[in-house]
Amino acid sequence: MADQNLVENDEPLLVAKCLSKSFGRIAACRDVSFSLYPGEVLAIVGESGSGKSTLLQMLSGQLAASAGHVSYRMRDGVTRDLAALGEAERRFLFRTDWGFVHQDPAQGLRMAVSAGANVGERLMAVGWNHYGRIRDTASDWLTRVEIDVARIDDAPRTYSGGMRQRLQIARNLVTEPRLVFMDEPTGGLDVSVQARLLDLLRSLVAELHLAVIIVTHDLAVARLLSHRVMVMKGGRVIETGLTDQVLDDPREPYTQLLVSSILPP
Amino acid sequence: MPAMIDIADAQKTFTMHLQGGIELPVVRGVTFHVNPGECVVLSGPSGAGKSSILKMIFGNYRCDSGRIGIRHRGAVIDLATAEPRQVLNIRRSTIGYVSQFLRAVPRVATIDVVAEPLIVNGMSRTDAQARAGELLHRLNIPERLWQLPPATFSGGEQQRVNIARGFISDLPILLLDEPTASLDAANRAVVVELVAEKKRQGVAMVAIVHDDEIRHLIADRIVDVTSFAAAA
Repeated sequence: MADQNLVENDEPLLVAKCLSKSFGRIAACRDVSFSLYPGEVLAIVGESGSGKSTLLQMLSGQLAASAGHVSYRMRDGVTRDLAALGEAERRFLFRTDWGFVHQDPAQGLRMAVSAGANVGERLMAVGWNHYGRIRDTASDWLTRVEIDVARIDDAPRTYSGGMRQRLQIARNLVTEPRLVFMDEPTGGLDVSVQARLLDLLRSLVAELHLAVIIVTHDLAVARLLSHRVMVMKGGRVIETGLTDQVLDDPREPYTQLLVSSILPP
Repeated sequence: MPAMIDIADAQKTFTMHLQGGIELPVVRGVTFHVNPGECVVLSGPSGAGKSSILKMIFGNYRCDSGRIGIRHRGAVIDLATAEPRQVLNIRRSTIGYVSQFLRAVPRVATIDVVAEPLIVNGMSRTDAQARAGELLHRLNIPERLWQLPPATFSGGEQQRVNIARGFISDLPILLLDEPTASLDAANRAVVVELVAEKKRQGVAMVAIVHDDEIRHLIADRIVDVTSFAAAA
């Protein structure tokens, strides 16, 4: 049902070609290729050890591939090979046009500084320097992720798990990125907190026309958020297609096993 | 007038890998077409594959072989081989699906659940909500419920919300999977009216209805699915 963002005849935002990664003799990820379009949400599903996190790290330029390429269409419309970007360029991309939502908010936030500073920091990194405007924008984002603005000066270590995750999302989205990577963003949260977060993510993704690559082992999360899914096993993509098609009509034995393991709602 | 849906020799088999790889043939040789302004009702006993055919036309079930031609923005696209992005585009602007059950999204108000397909296609929220309100009225959902998420509604209410959401768009193809299943007589009559209005607008429809009376009222043609039974 999250199909509101797709426009026909546009160019891909990110293209992965034959990506592989080996750690010594272990092939963590083998020959993965796909294209991601603006506004498209792609879920990568599979069990622990299937290679999905390794893939995410390669896609987001944090881990060098053993073979293959990732290219990204920059804001100026030029498509560049990620491996050919300089360190400064890559960092700039990470601060502006990309977001990365970690499973553990402590990895994506600075736990000891205020919530306002956590959000404002990304704006300062792209050259904002007017304190009042930064604070206003930070307050605005706290509201959008349903955090009481009265908590703006508190550090996230005083926040609950769900609030931390929402703050991490605000910090990522404040620079209006076009692509957000998410690594199990609802993992480790209570079910009710999870539902609220998913609902929030779903509406933000649609409103902001975000492209998202989300790694999850939870098929319900994939169904609610994604347009397309890739199922991984043993480092390979074994099945891919429209999310509802793969989940309602799974073809591969492993996908059938995953789908049949879901408890009915 | 070219057909909106033109299915030729479509086939579907499930392979159940967890049950030792049993092959479960569903349908084969599915061949029929639907013209604009026409409602084709699929008939046949439970398990004959009616819902599977509907799901294949929506791209929800994959098609093993054959062709599912869909007229989308003036061109014919074979849904059986279309790319995921193309299928999503077709669903956004050409094919609507009204199932029996509402897949409720937590925390979204009923009026917005109904209005969403119009907003997605570019209508302003105010106009979309106005049209959603009209439909909810017609389907006898009291206004005091409109701002509540439908998750807590009764089965019949949820189904009517789902019908409102399915009928609100101006999509040229609608697939109806037992739209009147648990409705009372008054609401069944509303659905019959809605189908008649869609026909006048030239919408092509494929429906599954078990109620003989309703079938008689909405069907322009009946396609007997037992002739597509796959079991040899």
